Amino acid sequence: MADPGPRREVRVVGRVLAVNERMAEENRRRFRERGVFVVNVMSSPGSGKTSLLQKTLQALASRVSAAVIVGDVATTHDAERLAVTGVPVVQVNTDAFGGDCHLAAHVIEKAAENLDLGAVELLFVENVGNLVCPAEFDIGEDVRVVVLSVTEGEDKPVKYPAMFRSCHAALLNKIDLLPHLDYDKARALAFLHQVHPGMPVFETSARTGEGLEAWIGWLLEGLERKRPRASR
Amino acid sequence: MHEMGIALEILEITQASIPADLPTARVARVNLRVGKLSAVVPESLRFCFEIAARETPLAGAELAIEEIPVSARCRACGERWTVTEPVFLCQACGGGDLEILSGRELDIVSIEVFDGAGGENG
Repeated sequence: MADPGPRREVRVVGRVLAVNERMAEENRRRFRERGVFVVNVMSSPGSGKTSLLQKTLQALASRVSAAVIVGDVATTHDAERLAVTGVPVVQVNTDAFGGDCHLAAHVIEKAAENLDLGAVELLFVENVGNLVCPAEFDIGEDVRVVVLSVTEGEDKPVKYPAMFRSCHAALLNKIDLLPHLDYDKARALAFLHQVHPGMPVFETSARTGEGLEAWIGWLLEGLERKRPRASR
Repeated sequence: MHEMGIALEILEITQASIPADLPTARVARVNLRVGKLSAVVPESLRFCFEIAARETPLAGAELAIEEIPVSARCRACGERWTVTEPVFLCQACGGGDLEILSGRELDIVSIEVFDGAGGENG
């Protein structure tokens, strides 16, 4: 091929995800105006996110008006499971045939249009089950939590440091199964705290309800901290 | 995974950055900075970019990725170092209150366009 000639370098300097980041800030502003505390829940598939949310919503029912946006690549199964708690649930399918691996800010903006935000105090976003991609996408949340379960490898935190560093708290779920497993909990917690020193960890069992109180207490504290700023 | 979405964002930004006096210019190269702590795999990003760039002014353009190491500063003792393992504890005092100085980048630095209408004399 012939030499296409001299090149000119043009400085660009910009975040690749600038559009998502702007939209996330816009979401954050809107949620703040309405006084909605937003919790982005992430995990690998099968860690028990949906069961955990089900139990959390049931426990919060008399205290807080909550809502859920649930993201899945396909199916509405999770939304159906969450709807039995009586809270408004918006299902987002990123694609019917294997689409996006995360929820982006514009998806949350659209999904939130289906909710009466003025009547919502606590909004859970159940992200797509994936420990890589969702870490990179701000959706306008107040806090991020990551769920890991004792049926996974103890080294999840060191395999996915970006995710574990970006989250404010972790839930170690399915602890009712510990007697039946060789899971080394101390090792898992050591890994977690070497990646994210000081990260609060709640040991829970969605099945038995064990440990849910501490997690719910943490949520309510966050909610309280947000409230004064939102009050008129 | 999400590399295709990121490739499309890069295309969008770079196409908008082609100088107005060279509207038909072909892009030779896109210079990108990707931090080691960002959830991007350079190899899959290059692959997605190549496919997404077809039939655009970026077709055949090289995606040059500079990987940025993770560097941290300890807020307790001021130690600065490069984090090479997933251990975010100060190597001097063992403290965990760190400031991440680099490693989260996912930035476009520049594009290089062929100056002249690109390939006309070819």
